[in-house]
Amino acid sequence: MDSVNSIAVLCKGLTKSYGSGNNQVHALCGVDLEVRTGELMMLVGPSGCGKTTLISVIAGVLERDGGECLVFGYDFKQMNPQEKTRYRGKNIGFVFQMFNLIPALTATENVAVPLIINGVKRREALDKAREILCRVGLSDRTHAVPAELSGGQQQRVAIARAMLHDPKLIVCDEPTSALDHETGHKVMELLREVAVGIGRAFIVVTHDARIFKFADRIAKMDDGHIISIENMRTDLSSNTKC
Amino acid sequence: MNFIAIKMLMGNRAKYLGIIVGLTFASLLITQQAAIFLGLMTRTFGFLTDTGLPDIWVMDPKVQYIDDLKPLKETESLRVRSVEGVEWAVPLYKGLLKARLPNGTFQACNVVGLDDETLIGGPPKMLEGRLANLRSSDAVIVDVVGANSKLARTLPDGRRIPMRIGDTMELNDHRAVVVGICQVQRTFQSQPVIYTTFSRATVFAPRERKLMSFVLVKAKPGQDIHALCQRIRRTTGLAAYTRDEFKALTIRYYMKYTGIPINFGTTVILGFIVGVAIAGQTFYNFTLDNIRYFGTLKAMGASDFMLLRMILLQAATVGAIGYGLGVGIASALGLLTGSTELSFRLPWQLLLFSAVAVMLICAGSAVLSMWKVMRLEPAIVFKN
Repeated sequence: MDSVNSIAVLCKGLTKSYGSGNNQVHALCGVDLEVRTGELMMLVGPSGCGKTTLISVIAGVLERDGGECLVFGYDFKQMNPQEKTRYRGKNIGFVFQMFNLIPALTATENVAVPLIINGVKRREALDKAREILCRVGLSDRTHAVPAELSGGQQQRVAIARAMLHDPKLIVCDEPTSALDHETGHKVMELLREVAVGIGRAFIVVTHDARIFKFADRIAKMDDGHIISIENMRTDLSSNTKC
Repeated sequence: MNFIAIKMLMGNRAKYLGIIVGLTFASLLITQQAAIFLGLMTRTFGFLTDTGLPDIWVMDPKVQYIDDLKPLKETESLRVRSVEGVEWAVPLYKGLLKARLPNGTFQACNVVGLDDETLIGGPPKMLEGRLANLRSSDAVIVDVVGANSKLARTLPDGRRIPMRIGDTMELNDHRAVVVGICQVQRTFQSQPVIYTTFSRATVFAPRERKLMSFVLVKAKPGQDIHALCQRIRRTTGLAAYTRDEFKALTIRYYMKYTGIPINFGTTVILGFIVGVAIAGQTFYNFTLDNIRYFGTLKAMGASDFMLLRMILLQAATVGAIGYGLGVGIASALGLLTGSTELSFRLPWQLLLFSAVAVMLICAGSAVLSMWKVMRLEPAIVFKN
């Protein structure tokens, strides 16, 4: 399943609503999406169009109402909560808009968290975290706590954290929206350089048009639907409108 | 995950200190107030603790506690002595008499009259002089705390001269000469204790038809003490208790008829409430502050069990530190006030009690926090 350009995420007729009765809001109304390994897919669209709901369902942190969603052939709906948590821990990396770094931990410790969750010994996890921090250019900030880091540095720590356990899928929610243009640009360059690789899929939710150029494909969403998918690389076959 | 839990806990200094202070205060209040209460209760039967030789105390059936004196006829000691299984039975006088000091002031004292021949029931420890000196004319032995404080002579310049061997005083217009200084347990009333012989005590005491307070009984070797108590009751119609039974009777009286347990119990409960209100709420708020990070950990694959273990570890850590500090401060206060009037008793059972109370506070707060984390949707991580 992990071969080049094989399907990493497959969503068909995905639906999700919040609330009930008159207050019901349809966040996803039959979304069809295919994300392949080795590609960086961007989900774009106005606020409230369902982008975050879609990556939440794909990442297995939110239950879907209907449709189908397979991540590397696995369906979260078929898993019990423990299996789901374990699968997330091993196969999915997260990068958040506000970084979500634990304030009391140093950069190294924050990066080491996914490995520690997966049962790796603390010392070993910290060693690997230091290595990956070097790769993202933070070798001199390994002992700094988040409050001592700039926004760009914090996002680099978050990227290192998302990559450390070598997940097959990385989901990013607005990774550049809390950063200035230049820093956002650098963060995306870093993501493309170190994170996007063979066998790994990448989904980025963003509003930021300035980073669209880093995408392989861009799925535009509106009102709970994917309205178009634009191919930004010539070597990838295009996906049609849904 | 343990180090993450501890670092998260200590990383938020203000909340961490708030929880520790709350738990320390709760632990201190619970331990210290309960220790004073236990100290007071121990004082109620201090005289019984000091009088260790007899197995059984015989008294009027209406007596409710050690200082509730309902005198008996002296011949009752002979009746008790005749009960089968009694090795010996001696009279004891106990009464509150006014002592007139050399400077003319009066001081109420607990006068204990010991059997003239055996001097059974004497003080547990003589600091100066000997118990046998009581056989000299007008002799009394006073306790060291009384001699140094309430019976001490005050000089014109304000200095206090403790009562010494050879000093005299008047008990009910009768001369008494100090022949010894002893050490006794402090009693609830905190009056000076004066030991003398039974016959002399009855001279000191105001004239009454009955003057004997108790009959002290020793059982013959191999006798069942409780069975002997029953026999004495049946034969004489008097009340007979073992020392422990008499202690329990005294404590029951103080518990039932004085406001002491309610007063101290209220403070102990207040301590518990303070712990719940300050430490519990701060701990819960700490969890709420970190809910995003718990959500992040959950999204990244931390199981509910891992997160619950983290919270339990955090609760146990603050609980142990708060408890240790509270008990430590309470013990230090106890040591500092050891030589004062303040009663203080800190047995291991009380340490256990206060540990359980602090554990309950922490467990309560942890349960609330765990409930919050268990219900936490990991999707919260994508909400800004």
